[in-house]
Amino acid sequence: MSRGTEPLLRVAALRKTFGGLHALEDINLEVWPGEVVGLVGDNGAGKSTLVRCISGYYTPDAGEITVDGQPLGSGGPKRAAELGIEIVHQDLSLVMHGDVVQNLYLNREIRSSWAPLERLGWLDKKAMRAGARAILDQVGIGGTISVRQRVQDLSGGQRQCIAIGRAVGWSRRMVFLDEPTAALGVRQTRHVLDLIGRLRAQGIAIVLISHNMEQVLEVCDRIVVLRLGRKVADRPIAGLTGPMVVGYITGAERGEA
Amino acid sequence: MTTDSEAVPTETLAARPSTRKEGVSDGPRFRWKDLTVYLGFALVFAFFAVTIGDKGFLTAQNATSIVSQVTPIALMAFGAVFVLTAGEIDLSIGSIVAMAALFTALGLRHYGLVPGVALGILTGIGAGLLNGLLIVGLRVPSFLVTLGTMQLFAGIAQISTQLQDVPIVNDTYSNLFGSGTIGPLSNAVVWLVLGFLVAQLVFKNLAFGWRVMATGSNRASARALGINTNRVRVGVMVISSCTAALAGMIYAGEIHGAVYTLGSSDLLTVLAGVVIGGTSLFGGSGSMLGALMGSLLMTMIVNGLVLMGATVQQQIVVQGIIIVVAVAVSQRQPAE
Repeated sequence: MSRGTEPLLRVAALRKTFGGLHALEDINLEVWPGEVVGLVGDNGAGKSTLVRCISGYYTPDAGEITVDGQPLGSGGPKRAAELGIEIVHQDLSLVMHGDVVQNLYLNREIRSSWAPLERLGWLDKKAMRAGARAILDQVGIGGTISVRQRVQDLSGGQRQCIAIGRAVGWSRRMVFLDEPTAALGVRQTRHVLDLIGRLRAQGIAIVLISHNMEQVLEVCDRIVVLRLGRKVADRPIAGLTGPMVVGYITGAERGEA
Repeated sequence: MTTDSEAVPTETLAARPSTRKEGVSDGPRFRWKDLTVYLGFALVFAFFAVTIGDKGFLTAQNATSIVSQVTPIALMAFGAVFVLTAGEIDLSIGSIVAMAALFTALGLRHYGLVPGVALGILTGIGAGLLNGLLIVGLRVPSFLVTLGTMQLFAGIAQISTQLQDVPIVNDTYSNLFGSGTIGPLSNAVVWLVLGFLVAQLVFKNLAFGWRVMATGSNRASARALGINTNRVRVGVMVISSCTAALAGMIYAGEIHGAVYTLGSSDLLTVLAGVVIGGTSLFGGSGSMLGALMGSLLMTMIVNGLVLMGATVQQQIVVQGIIIVVAVAVSQRQPAE
Protein backbone atom coordinates (compact mmCIF):
# COMPACT_ATOMS: atom_id res chain seq x y z
CA MET A 1 0.00 0.00 0.00
CA SER A 2 2.75 2.42 0.84
CA ARG A 3 5.46 0.99 -1.31
CA GLY A 4 8.27 3.45 -1.80
CA THR A 5 7.69 5.47 1.30
CA GLU A 6 7.44 2.82 3.96
CA PRO A 7 9.50 -0.35 4.23
CA LEU A 8 7.63 -3.63 4.12
CA LEU A 9 9.28 -4.69 7.34
CA ARG A 10 10.69 -2.41 9.97
CA VAL A 11 12.45 -3.67 13.05
CA ALA A 12 13.29 -0.91 15.50
CA ALA A 13 15.53 -1.12 18.57
CA LEU A 14 14.70 -4.75 19.13
CA ARG A 15 15.98 -6.44 22.26
CA LYS A 16 15.53 -10.02 23.37
CA THR A 17 17.12 -11.57 26.41
CA PHE A 18 17.03 -15.08 27.78
CA GLY A 19 17.81 -14.92 31.46
CA GLY A 20 20.95 -12.83 31.60
CA LEU A 21 21.91 -13.53 28.03
CA HIS A 22 21.41 -10.75 25.52
CA ALA A 23 20.39 -12.73 22.46
CA LEU A 24 19.53 -9.57 20.54
CA GLU A 25 20.46 -6.00 21.40
CA ASP A 26 19.32 -2.86 19.61
CA ILE A 27 18.55 -4.44 16.26
CA ASN A 28 17.33 -2.07 13.54
CA LEU A 29 16.37 -3.45 10.18
CA GLU A 30 14.34 -2.46 7.18
CA VAL A 31 13.29 -4.62 4.27
CA TRP A 32 11.73 -3.09 1.16
CA PRO A 33 9.45 -4.72 -1.41
CA GLY A 34 11.32 -6.65 -4.06
CA GLU A 35 14.51 -6.64 -2.07
CA VAL A 36 16.62 -9.68 -1.30
CA VAL A 37 18.41 -9.28 2.00
CA GLY A 38 21.04 -11.73 3.19
CA LEU A 39 21.01 -12.33 6.92
CA VAL A 40 24.31 -13.85 7.97
CA GLY A 41 26.20 -14.50 11.15
CA ASP A 42 27.93 -17.25 13.03
CA ASN A 43 26.04 -19.85 15.01
CA GLY A 44 24.61 -18.12 18.07
CA ALA A 45 24.82 -14.69 16.49
CA GLY A 46 21.08 -14.24 16.88
CA LYS A 47 19.75 -14.98 13.39
CA SER A 48 17.26 -17.57 14.54
CA THR A 49 16.18 -15.47 17.50
CA LEU A 50 15.57 -12.51 15.21
CA VAL A 51 13.56 -14.60 12.78
CA ARG A 52 11.54 -16.05 15.63
CA CYS A 53 10.78 -12.57 16.93
CA ILE A 54 9.66 -11.42 13.48
CA SER A 55 7.56 -14.53 12.94
CA GLY A 56 5.88 -14.02 16.30
CA TYR A 57 7.23 -17.09 18.07
CA TYR A 58 9.21 -14.94 20.52
CA THR A 59 7.97 -11.74 22.06
CA PRO A 60 10.77 -9.17 22.17
CA ASP A 61 11.64 -7.51 25.47
CA ALA A 62 11.90 -4.12 23.83
CA GLY A 63 11.58 -2.53 20.44
CA GLU A 64 9.00 -2.73 17.73
CA ILE A 65 8.31 -4.77 14.63
CA THR A 66 5.99 -3.36 12.00
CA VAL A 67 4.85 -4.68 8.66
CA ASP A 68 3.59 -1.99 6.30
CA GLY A 69 3.37 0.22 9.34
CA GLN A 70 1.17 -2.26 11.19
CA PRO A 71 2.66 -3.37 14.52
CA LEU A 72 3.16 -7.06 15.15
CA GLY A 73 2.68 -6.42 18.86
CA SER A 74 2.29 -9.59 20.87
CA GLY A 75 -0.07 -11.25 18.42
CA GLY A 76 2.16 -14.27 17.96
CA PRO A 77 2.67 -16.38 14.86
CA LYS A 78 -0.93 -15.96 13.78
CA ARG A 79 -0.65 -12.19 13.65
CA ALA A 80 2.66 -12.46 11.80
CA ALA A 81 1.06 -14.69 9.19
CA GLU A 82 -1.87 -12.30 8.85
CA LEU A 83 0.56 -9.49 8.17
CA GLY A 84 2.07 -11.53 5.37
CA ILE A 85 5.28 -12.85 6.93
CA GLU A 86 6.14 -16.38 5.93
CA ILE A 87 9.05 -18.49 7.12
CA VAL A 88 10.38 -21.42 5.14
CA HIS A 89 12.17 -23.51 7.73
CA GLN A 90 15.10 -25.70 6.99
CA ASP A 91 13.36 -29.00 7.63
CA LEU A 92 9.97 -28.14 8.94
CA SER A 93 8.05 -26.82 6.02
CA LEU A 94 6.97 -30.03 4.36
CA VAL A 95 4.96 -33.11 5.21
CA MET A 96 6.66 -35.90 3.29
CA HIS A 97 3.69 -38.27 3.17
CA GLY A 98 1.43 -35.62 1.75
CA ASP A 99 1.05 -34.79 -1.92
CA VAL A 100 1.85 -31.44 -3.48
CA VAL A 101 -1.68 -30.09 -3.03
CA GLN A 102 -1.71 -31.04 0.63
CA ASN A 103 1.65 -29.47 1.27
CA LEU A 104 0.59 -26.23 -0.37
CA TYR A 105 -2.76 -26.05 1.39
CA LEU A 106 -2.45 -27.79 4.76
CA ASN A 107 -4.14 -25.75 7.45
CA ARG A 108 -5.31 -23.23 4.84
CA GLU A 109 -7.56 -25.57 2.96
CA ILE A 110 -10.06 -24.27 0.48
CA ARG A 111 -13.38 -25.57 1.72
CA SER A 112 -16.73 -26.09 0.15
CA SER A 113 -18.54 -22.85 -0.47
CA TRP A 114 -21.76 -24.27 0.97
CA ALA A 115 -21.84 -23.10 4.57
CA PRO A 116 -22.88 -26.35 6.32
CA LEU A 117 -20.18 -28.33 4.50
CA GLU A 118 -17.70 -25.53 5.00
CA ARG A 119 -18.20 -25.73 8.75
CA LEU A 120 -17.68 -29.47 8.60
CA GLY A 121 -14.35 -28.87 6.91
CA TRP A 122 -15.37 -30.32 3.55
CA LEU A 123 -12.50 -29.80 1.14
CA ASP A 124 -12.81 -28.30 -2.30
CA LYS A 125 -10.09 -30.44 -3.83
CA LYS A 126 -10.70 -29.26 -7.36
CA ALA A 127 -10.11 -25.64 -6.44
CA MET A 128 -6.98 -26.57 -4.51
CA ARG A 129 -5.58 -28.60 -7.41
CA ALA A 130 -6.08 -25.63 -9.71
CA GLY A 131 -4.51 -23.31 -7.14
CA ALA A 132 -1.60 -25.69 -6.69
CA ARG A 133 -0.91 -25.71 -10.42
CA ALA A 134 -0.85 -21.92 -10.42
CA ILE A 135 1.62 -21.90 -7.54
CA LEU A 136 3.84 -24.45 -9.29
CA ASP A 137 3.86 -22.15 -12.32
CA GLN A 138 4.80 -19.26 -10.09
CA VAL A 139 7.80 -21.10 -8.67
CA GLY A 140 8.85 -22.35 -12.09
CA ILE A 141 8.12 -26.06 -11.87
CA GLY A 142 4.66 -25.99 -13.40
CA GLY A 143 4.10 -28.85 -15.80
CA THR A 144 7.08 -30.87 -14.59
CA ILE A 145 5.38 -32.62 -11.70
CA SER A 146 1.85 -33.66 -10.94
CA VAL A 147 0.16 -31.87 -8.08
CA ARG A 148 -0.92 -35.27 -6.79
CA GLN A 149 2.61 -36.60 -6.44
CA ARG A 150 3.79 -37.27 -2.93
CA VAL A 151 6.46 -34.88 -1.75
CA GLN A 152 8.66 -37.79 -0.64
CA ASP A 153 8.89 -38.84 -4.29
CA LEU A 154 10.20 -35.45 -5.39
CA SER A 155 13.80 -34.30 -5.65
CA GLY A 156 15.32 -32.02 -3.03
CA GLY A 157 15.10 -29.02 -5.32
CA GLN A 158 11.49 -29.68 -6.18
CA ARG A 159 10.70 -30.06 -2.49
CA GLN A 160 12.29 -26.73 -1.70
CA CYS A 161 10.25 -25.16 -4.49
CA ILE A 162 7.10 -26.55 -2.93
CA ALA A 163 8.07 -25.20 0.48
CA ILE A 164 8.81 -21.78 -0.97
CA GLY A 165 5.69 -22.01 -3.13
CA ARG A 166 3.59 -22.54 -0.05
CA ALA A 167 5.03 -19.39 1.47
CA VAL A 168 4.76 -17.15 -1.57
CA GLY A 169 1.47 -18.61 -2.67
CA TRP A 170 0.04 -17.16 0.48
CA SER A 171 1.94 -14.19 1.65
CA ARG A 172 2.96 -12.82 -1.74
CA ARG A 173 4.86 -10.13 0.10
CA MET A 174 7.67 -11.35 2.25
CA VAL A 175 9.41 -14.65 2.77
CA PHE A 176 12.16 -15.75 5.08
CA LEU A 177 14.24 -18.57 3.66
CA ASP A 178 16.23 -20.42 6.29
CA GLU A 179 19.15 -22.16 4.60
CA PRO A 180 17.07 -23.07 1.54
CA THR A 181 19.91 -24.78 -0.28
CA ALA A 182 21.70 -26.50 2.58
CA ALA A 183 20.63 -29.97 1.53
CA LEU A 184 20.69 -29.49 -2.22
CA GLY A 185 23.01 -30.44 -5.05
CA VAL A 186 24.53 -27.94 -7.42
CA ARG A 187 21.80 -27.91 -10.05
CA GLN A 188 19.00 -27.86 -7.57
CA THR A 189 20.66 -25.04 -5.71
CA ARG A 190 20.79 -23.17 -8.97
CA HIS A 191 17.09 -23.64 -9.42
CA VAL A 192 16.30 -22.26 -5.98
CA LEU A 193 18.54 -19.26 -6.58
CA ASP A 194 16.77 -18.66 -9.90
CA LEU A 195 13.50 -18.87 -8.06
CA ILE A 196 14.64 -16.18 -5.64
CA GLY A 197 15.31 -13.93 -8.62
CA ARG A 198 11.92 -14.66 -10.06
CA LEU A 199 10.18 -13.83 -6.79
CA ARG A 200 12.10 -10.58 -6.49
CA ALA A 201 10.82 -9.64 -9.94
CA GLN A 202 7.32 -10.20 -8.61
CA GLY A 203 7.97 -7.66 -5.87
CA ILE A 204 8.27 -10.16 -3.06
CA ALA A 205 10.75 -9.29 -0.38
CA ILE A 206 13.07 -12.10 0.61
CA VAL A 207 15.30 -12.52 3.63
CA LEU A 208 17.83 -15.22 2.92
CA ILE A 209 19.55 -16.84 5.86
CA SER A 210 22.59 -18.71 4.66
CA HIS A 211 26.09 -19.74 5.55
CA ASN A 212 27.13 -19.80 1.94
CA MET A 213 28.90 -16.48 1.28
CA GLU A 214 29.21 -17.02 -2.44
CA GLN A 215 25.48 -17.59 -2.68
CA VAL A 216 24.58 -14.63 -0.53
CA LEU A 217 26.82 -12.34 -2.55
CA GLU A 218 25.30 -13.65 -5.76
CA VAL A 219 21.60 -13.27 -5.08
CA CYS A 220 21.28 -10.61 -2.42
CA ASP A 221 20.93 -6.88 -2.84
CA ARG A 222 22.03 -6.16 0.68
CA ILE A 223 23.67 -8.01 3.53
CA VAL A 224 22.95 -7.75 7.22
CA VAL A 225 25.51 -9.29 9.53
CA LEU A 226 24.75 -10.22 13.11
CA ARG A 227 27.46 -10.89 15.64
CA LEU A 228 26.85 -11.74 19.28
CA GLY A 229 23.32 -10.41 19.11
CA ARG A 230 24.18 -7.08 17.52
CA LYS A 231 24.02 -5.86 13.98
CA VAL A 232 27.59 -5.25 12.88
CA ALA A 233 27.04 -4.56 9.20
CA ASP A 234 24.16 -3.58 6.93
CA ARG A 235 25.23 -2.60 3.44
CA PRO A 236 24.55 -3.19 -0.24
CA ILE A 237 26.64 -5.92 -1.71
CA ALA A 238 28.31 -3.59 -4.19
CA GLY A 239 32.00 -3.66 -3.34
CA LEU A 240 31.61 -6.43 -0.80
CA THR A 241 33.75 -9.54 -0.99
CA GLY A 242 33.45 -12.89 0.72
CA PRO A 243 36.46 -12.28 2.96
CA MET A 244 35.01 -8.95 4.06
CA VAL A 245 31.71 -10.56 5.06
CA VAL A 246 33.57 -13.29 6.91
CA GLY A 247 35.49 -10.50 8.62
CA TYR A 248 32.23 -8.95 9.84
CA ILE A 249 30.99 -12.30 11.01
CA THR A 250 34.10 -13.11 13.01
CA GLY A 251 34.62 -9.58 14.27
CA ALA A 252 37.88 -9.05 12.43
CA GLU A 253 36.32 -6.25 10.42
CA ARG A 254 34.18 -3.45 11.82
CA GLY A 255 31.10 -2.48 9.85
CA GLU A 256 29.27 0.79 9.81
CA ALA A 257 26.08 -0.64 11.19
CA MET B 1 21.74 -13.34 -11.08
CA THR B 2 19.04 -11.45 -12.86
CA THR B 3 15.41 -11.94 -13.41
CA ASP B 4 15.55 -12.89 -17.06
CA SER B 5 15.42 -16.48 -15.86
CA GLU B 6 11.67 -16.01 -15.73
CA ALA B 7 10.87 -18.47 -18.46
CA VAL B 8 14.07 -20.44 -18.55
CA PRO B 9 13.59 -23.77 -16.86
CA THR B 10 16.63 -25.39 -15.34
CA GLU B 11 17.69 -28.69 -16.77
CA THR B 12 17.12 -30.93 -13.81
CA LEU B 13 13.73 -29.73 -12.91
CA ALA B 14 11.93 -28.77 -16.02
CA ALA B 15 13.85 -29.91 -19.04
CA ARG B 16 12.33 -33.35 -19.14
CA PRO B 17 10.37 -33.27 -22.35
CA SER B 18 6.86 -33.07 -21.09
CA THR B 19 4.75 -35.52 -22.97
CA ARG B 20 2.03 -34.99 -20.43
CA LYS B 21 -0.09 -31.92 -20.21
CA GLU B 22 0.34 -29.68 -17.25
CA GLY B 23 -1.36 -30.97 -14.14
CA VAL B 24 -1.85 -34.44 -15.48
CA SER B 25 -3.73 -36.75 -13.19
CA ASP B 26 -0.58 -38.69 -12.52
CA GLY B 27 -1.23 -39.72 -8.94
CA PRO B 28 1.10 -40.99 -6.27
CA ARG B 29 3.80 -43.37 -7.42
CA PHE B 30 2.58 -46.92 -7.80
CA ARG B 31 3.93 -49.49 -5.34
CA TRP B 32 3.39 -53.20 -5.64
CA LYS B 33 3.23 -53.64 -1.89
CA ASP B 34 0.11 -51.49 -1.83
CA LEU B 35 -1.61 -54.44 -3.45
CA THR B 36 -0.60 -56.90 -0.71
CA VAL B 37 -4.00 -57.08 0.86
CA TYR B 38 -5.84 -57.61 -2.42
CA LEU B 39 -3.46 -60.30 -3.59
CA GLY B 40 -3.56 -61.92 -0.16
CA PHE B 41 -7.33 -61.82 -0.18
CA ALA B 42 -7.51 -63.36 -3.66
CA LEU B 43 -5.00 -66.08 -2.77
CA VAL B 44 -6.68 -67.07 0.49
CA PHE B 45 -10.10 -66.98 -1.13
CA ALA B 46 -8.90 -69.17 -4.01
CA PHE B 47 -7.29 -71.59 -1.56
CA PHE B 48 -10.46 -72.01 0.48
CA ALA B 49 -12.65 -72.14 -2.64
CA VAL B 50 -10.63 -75.06 -3.94
CA THR B 51 -10.14 -76.95 -0.67
CA ILE B 52 -13.45 -76.41 1.09
CA GLY B 53 -15.65 -75.10 -1.70
CA ASP B 54 -17.88 -78.11 -1.27
CA LYS B 55 -18.02 -77.80 2.50
CA GLY B 56 -20.09 -74.63 2.50
CA PHE B 57 -17.39 -71.99 2.01
CA LEU B 58 -18.87 -70.73 -1.23
CA THR B 59 -22.48 -70.45 -0.08
CA ALA B 60 -24.34 -67.17 0.23
CA GLN B 61 -25.08 -68.07 3.82
CA ASN B 62 -21.38 -68.29 4.58
CA ALA B 63 -20.74 -64.96 2.87
CA THR B 64 -23.40 -63.38 5.07
CA SER B 65 -21.83 -64.95 8.10
CA ILE B 66 -18.38 -63.59 7.24
CA VAL B 67 -19.78 -60.12 6.70
CA SER B 68 -21.64 -60.08 9.99
CA GLN B 69 -18.51 -61.28 11.77
CA VAL B 70 -16.33 -58.70 10.07
CA THR B 71 -18.47 -55.69 10.94
CA PRO B 72 -17.17 -55.02 14.47
CA ILE B 73 -13.59 -55.80 13.45
CA ALA B 74 -13.76 -53.53 10.41
CA LEU B 75 -15.33 -50.67 12.36
CA MET B 76 -12.48 -50.80 14.86
CA ALA B 77 -10.05 -51.06 11.94
CA PHE B 78 -11.39 -47.79 10.53
CA GLY B 79 -10.73 -46.16 13.89
CA ALA B 80 -7.26 -47.70 13.99
CA VAL B 81 -6.44 -46.23 10.57
CA PHE B 82 -7.01 -42.76 12.00
CA VAL B 83 -4.93 -43.53 15.07
CA LEU B 84 -2.01 -45.12 13.23
CA THR B 85 -2.01 -42.49 10.49
CA ALA B 86 -1.76 -39.84 13.19
CA GLY B 87 1.32 -41.65 14.50
CA GLU B 88 -0.38 -43.05 17.60
CA ILE B 89 -1.64 -46.45 18.64
CA ASP B 90 -4.64 -47.54 20.69
CA LEU B 91 -4.18 -50.80 22.58
CA SER B 92 -7.27 -50.28 24.71
CA ILE B 93 -9.92 -50.93 22.05
CA GLY B 94 -10.54 -54.53 23.14
CA SER B 95 -11.27 -53.43 26.70
CA ILE B 96 -13.49 -50.59 25.49
CA VAL B 97 -15.54 -53.16 23.57
CA ALA B 98 -16.33 -55.02 26.80
CA MET B 99 -16.86 -51.88 28.84
CA ALA B 100 -19.22 -50.27 26.31
CA ALA B 101 -21.15 -53.53 25.79
CA LEU B 102 -21.68 -54.01 29.53
CA PHE B 103 -22.60 -50.38 30.20
CA THR B 104 -25.04 -50.45 27.30
CA ALA B 105 -26.59 -53.65 28.59
CA LEU B 106 -26.87 -52.20 32.09
CA GLY B 107 -28.37 -49.00 30.70
CA LEU B 108 -30.90 -50.99 28.70
CA ARG B 109 -31.88 -53.03 31.72
CA HIS B 110 -32.31 -50.12 34.10
CA TYR B 111 -33.30 -47.15 31.95
CA GLY B 112 -34.40 -48.31 28.50
CA LEU B 113 -33.33 -48.07 24.88
CA VAL B 114 -32.22 -44.50 24.41
CA PRO B 115 -30.30 -44.18 27.68
CA GLY B 116 -28.69 -47.57 27.03
CA VAL B 117 -27.44 -46.56 23.59
CA ALA B 118 -26.39 -43.16 24.89
CA LEU B 119 -24.45 -44.80 27.71
CA GLY B 120 -22.57 -46.97 25.22
CA ILE B 121 -21.63 -44.02 23.05
CA LEU B 122 -20.67 -41.92 26.06
CA THR B 123 -18.44 -44.75 27.24
CA GLY B 124 -16.61 -44.57 23.92
CA ILE B 125 -16.25 -40.80 24.01
CA GLY B 126 -15.16 -40.83 27.65
CA ALA B 127 -12.57 -43.56 27.19
CA GLY B 128 -11.15 -41.81 24.11
CA LEU B 129 -10.99 -38.45 25.86
CA LEU B 130 -9.20 -40.05 28.80
CA ASN B 131 -6.68 -41.73 26.47
CA GLY B 132 -6.15 -38.61 24.40
CA LEU B 133 -5.84 -36.19 27.29
CA LEU B 134 -3.39 -38.47 29.09
CA ILE B 135 -1.25 -38.73 25.95
CA VAL B 136 -1.25 -35.01 25.35
CA GLY B 137 -1.31 -33.85 28.95
CA LEU B 138 1.29 -36.16 30.42
CA ARG B 139 3.31 -36.24 27.21
CA VAL B 140 3.48 -40.01 27.42
CA PRO B 141 3.48 -42.12 24.23
CA SER B 142 0.08 -43.52 23.33
CA PHE B 143 1.53 -47.02 23.43
CA LEU B 144 2.18 -46.70 27.17
CA VAL B 145 -0.96 -44.77 28.03
CA THR B 146 -3.24 -47.25 26.29
CA LEU B 147 -1.27 -50.19 27.67
CA GLY B 148 -2.37 -48.86 31.05
CA THR B 149 -5.92 -47.94 30.14
CA MET B 150 -6.34 -51.33 28.47
CA GLN B 151 -5.98 -52.84 31.93
CA LEU B 152 -7.97 -50.05 33.56
CA PHE B 153 -10.96 -50.41 31.23
CA ALA B 154 -10.87 -54.21 31.43
CA GLY B 155 -10.88 -53.97 35.21
CA ILE B 156 -13.77 -51.49 35.21
CA ALA B 157 -15.74 -53.81 32.90
CA GLN B 158 -15.14 -56.75 35.22
CA ILE B 159 -15.96 -54.87 38.41
CA SER B 160 -19.09 -53.25 36.98
CA THR B 161 -21.01 -56.51 36.97
CA GLN B 162 -18.82 -58.70 39.21
CA LEU B 163 -17.94 -60.78 36.14
CA GLN B 164 -21.62 -61.54 35.57
CA ASP B 165 -23.25 -61.63 32.13
CA VAL B 166 -25.89 -59.01 31.49
CA PRO B 167 -28.65 -60.28 29.19
CA ILE B 168 -30.38 -57.91 26.78
CA VAL B 169 -34.10 -58.47 26.33
CA ASN B 170 -34.79 -55.30 24.37
CA ASP B 171 -35.73 -56.53 20.88
CA THR B 172 -35.54 -53.11 19.28
CA TYR B 173 -31.95 -52.87 20.43
CA SER B 174 -31.04 -56.36 19.24
CA ASN B 175 -32.58 -55.67 15.85
CA LEU B 176 -30.87 -52.33 15.49
CA PHE B 177 -27.38 -53.44 16.53
CA GLY B 178 -27.51 -57.12 15.81
CA SER B 179 -29.61 -59.47 13.85
CA GLY B 180 -32.15 -57.14 12.28
CA THR B 181 -32.49 -56.33 8.60
CA ILE B 182 -33.27 -53.32 6.48
CA GLY B 183 -34.95 -54.64 3.35
CA PRO B 184 -32.70 -57.35 1.96
CA LEU B 185 -29.66 -56.15 3.91
CA SER B 186 -28.73 -57.34 7.35
CA ASN B 187 -28.03 -54.54 9.77
CA ALA B 188 -24.44 -55.75 10.08
CA VAL B 189 -23.91 -54.89 6.41
CA VAL B 190 -25.59 -51.54 6.87
CA TRP B 191 -23.30 -50.69 9.79
CA LEU B 192 -20.29 -51.82 7.80
CA VAL B 193 -21.10 -49.80 4.69
CA LEU B 194 -22.13 -46.77 6.70
CA GLY B 195 -18.99 -46.97 8.81
CA PHE B 196 -16.77 -47.30 5.78
CA LEU B 197 -18.35 -44.37 3.95
CA VAL B 198 -18.17 -42.05 6.94
CA ALA B 199 -14.59 -43.07 7.75
CA GLN B 200 -13.43 -42.70 4.16
CA LEU B 201 -15.11 -39.34 3.86
CA VAL B 202 -13.63 -37.92 7.04
CA PHE B 203 -10.22 -39.36 6.15
CA LYS B 204 -10.04 -38.09 2.59
CA ASN B 205 -12.53 -35.27 2.18
CA LEU B 206 -12.45 -33.32 5.40
CA ALA B 207 -9.71 -30.99 6.57
CA PHE B 208 -9.43 -33.14 9.68
CA GLY B 209 -8.24 -36.11 7.60
CA TRP B 210 -5.43 -34.06 6.09
CA ARG B 211 -4.38 -32.91 9.53
CA VAL B 212 -4.31 -36.47 10.78
CA MET B 213 -1.96 -37.37 7.93
CA ALA B 214 0.26 -34.36 8.58
CA THR B 215 0.41 -34.98 12.32
CA GLY B 216 1.50 -38.56 11.80
CA SER B 217 3.91 -37.79 8.99
CA ASN B 218 5.91 -35.30 11.01
CA ARG B 219 4.48 -33.75 14.12
CA ALA B 220 7.00 -30.91 14.28
CA SER B 221 6.29 -29.96 10.67
CA ALA B 222 2.56 -30.14 11.21
CA ARG B 223 2.91 -27.81 14.15
CA ALA B 224 5.11 -25.47 12.14
CA LEU B 225 2.35 -25.35 9.53
CA GLY B 226 0.02 -24.17 12.27
CA ILE B 227 -1.86 -27.40 12.90
CA ASN B 228 -3.05 -27.99 16.45
CA THR B 229 -1.53 -31.46 16.66
CA ASN B 230 -2.73 -32.03 20.21
CA ARG B 231 -6.31 -31.57 19.14
CA VAL B 232 -5.76 -33.99 16.26
CA ARG B 233 -4.24 -36.59 18.58
CA VAL B 234 -7.07 -36.38 21.09
CA GLY B 235 -9.48 -36.51 18.16
CA VAL B 236 -8.15 -39.75 16.74
CA MET B 237 -8.17 -41.41 20.15
CA VAL B 238 -11.84 -40.46 20.56
CA ILE B 239 -12.66 -41.77 17.07
CA SER B 240 -10.88 -45.02 17.84
CA SER B 241 -12.64 -45.60 21.16
CA CYS B 242 -16.01 -44.71 19.66
CA THR B 243 -15.57 -47.33 16.95
CA ALA B 244 -14.66 -49.81 19.69
CA ALA B 245 -17.74 -48.85 21.69
CA LEU B 246 -19.92 -49.29 18.60
CA ALA B 247 -18.31 -52.68 17.97
CA GLY B 248 -19.12 -53.66 21.55
CA MET B 249 -22.71 -52.56 21.15
CA ILE B 250 -23.02 -54.61 17.96
CA TYR B 251 -21.57 -57.69 19.66
CA ALA B 252 -24.06 -57.20 22.50
CA GLY B 253 -26.91 -56.90 20.02
CA GLU B 254 -25.86 -60.05 18.20
CA ILE B 255 -25.60 -62.24 21.29
CA HIS B 256 -28.46 -60.53 23.18
CA GLY B 257 -26.27 -59.70 26.11
CA ALA B 258 -22.89 -58.52 27.28
CA VAL B 259 -20.02 -60.25 28.99
CA TYR B 260 -16.64 -58.96 30.09
CA THR B 261 -14.72 -61.23 27.69
CA LEU B 262 -16.18 -59.52 24.61
CA GLY B 263 -13.49 -58.03 22.42
CA SER B 264 -10.64 -59.53 24.40
CA SER B 265 -9.05 -61.12 21.34
CA ASP B 266 -9.88 -58.33 18.88
CA LEU B 267 -6.91 -56.03 19.28
CA LEU B 268 -4.45 -58.13 17.32
CA THR B 269 -6.98 -59.07 14.66
CA VAL B 270 -7.81 -55.41 14.10
CA LEU B 271 -4.22 -54.23 14.01
CA ALA B 272 -3.22 -57.10 11.72
CA GLY B 273 -6.02 -56.31 9.29
CA VAL B 274 -5.17 -52.61 9.25
CA VAL B 275 -1.46 -53.14 8.81
CA ILE B 276 -1.90 -55.74 6.09
CA GLY B 277 -4.18 -53.21 4.42
CA GLY B 278 -1.21 -50.91 3.95
CA THR B 279 -1.58 -48.47 6.83
CA SER B 280 1.83 -47.52 8.15
CA LEU B 281 2.68 -48.34 11.75
CA PHE B 282 4.85 -45.23 11.77
CA GLY B 283 2.24 -42.66 10.81
CA GLY B 284 1.54 -40.52 7.79
CA SER B 285 -0.28 -42.91 5.54
CA GLY B 286 -3.28 -45.14 5.84
CA SER B 287 -5.97 -46.76 3.76
CA MET B 288 -9.59 -47.28 4.72
CA LEU B 289 -10.26 -49.64 1.83
CA GLY B 290 -7.13 -51.56 2.77
CA ALA B 291 -8.37 -51.79 6.36
CA LEU B 292 -11.72 -53.10 5.15
CA MET B 293 -10.05 -55.71 2.95
CA GLY B 294 -7.58 -56.62 5.70
CA SER B 295 -10.41 -57.15 8.17
CA LEU B 296 -12.27 -59.27 5.64
CA LEU B 297 -9.11 -61.29 5.05
CA MET B 298 -8.58 -61.93 8.75
CA THR B 299 -12.22 -62.91 9.23
CA MET B 300 -12.25 -65.11 6.15
CA ILE B 301 -9.18 -66.98 7.38
CA VAL B 302 -10.87 -67.83 10.68
CA ASN B 303 -14.07 -68.76 8.87
CA GLY B 304 -12.26 -71.04 6.42
CA LEU B 305 -10.22 -72.72 9.13
CA VAL B 306 -13.35 -73.39 11.16
CA LEU B 307 -14.99 -74.98 8.13
CA MET B 308 -11.86 -77.08 7.61
CA GLY B 309 -12.30 -78.33 11.14
CA ALA B 310 -9.19 -76.69 12.55
CA THR B 311 -8.95 -76.39 16.31
CA VAL B 312 -8.76 -72.96 17.92
CA GLN B 313 -5.07 -73.55 18.58
CA GLN B 314 -4.41 -74.39 14.95
CA GLN B 315 -6.32 -71.30 13.89
CA ILE B 316 -4.08 -69.16 16.05
CA VAL B 317 -0.95 -70.67 14.53
CA VAL B 318 -2.17 -70.10 10.98
CA GLN B 319 -3.23 -66.55 11.79
CA GLY B 320 0.17 -65.87 13.26
CA ILE B 321 1.96 -67.12 10.18
CA ILE B 322 -0.24 -65.13 7.85
CA ILE B 323 0.24 -61.96 9.87
CA VAL B 324 4.02 -62.32 9.79
CA VAL B 325 4.10 -62.98 6.06
CA ALA B 326 1.66 -60.23 5.17
CA VAL B 327 3.29 -57.67 7.41
CA ALA B 328 6.71 -58.59 6.04
CA VAL B 329 5.45 -57.79 2.56
CA SER B 330 3.38 -54.71 3.26
CA GLN B 331 5.47 -52.97 5.92
CA ARG B 332 9.01 -53.71 4.78
CA GLN B 333 11.22 -50.70 5.23
CA PRO B 334 13.66 -49.64 2.55
CA ALA B 335 17.18 -50.96 3.15
CA GLU B 336 19.33 -48.71 5.32
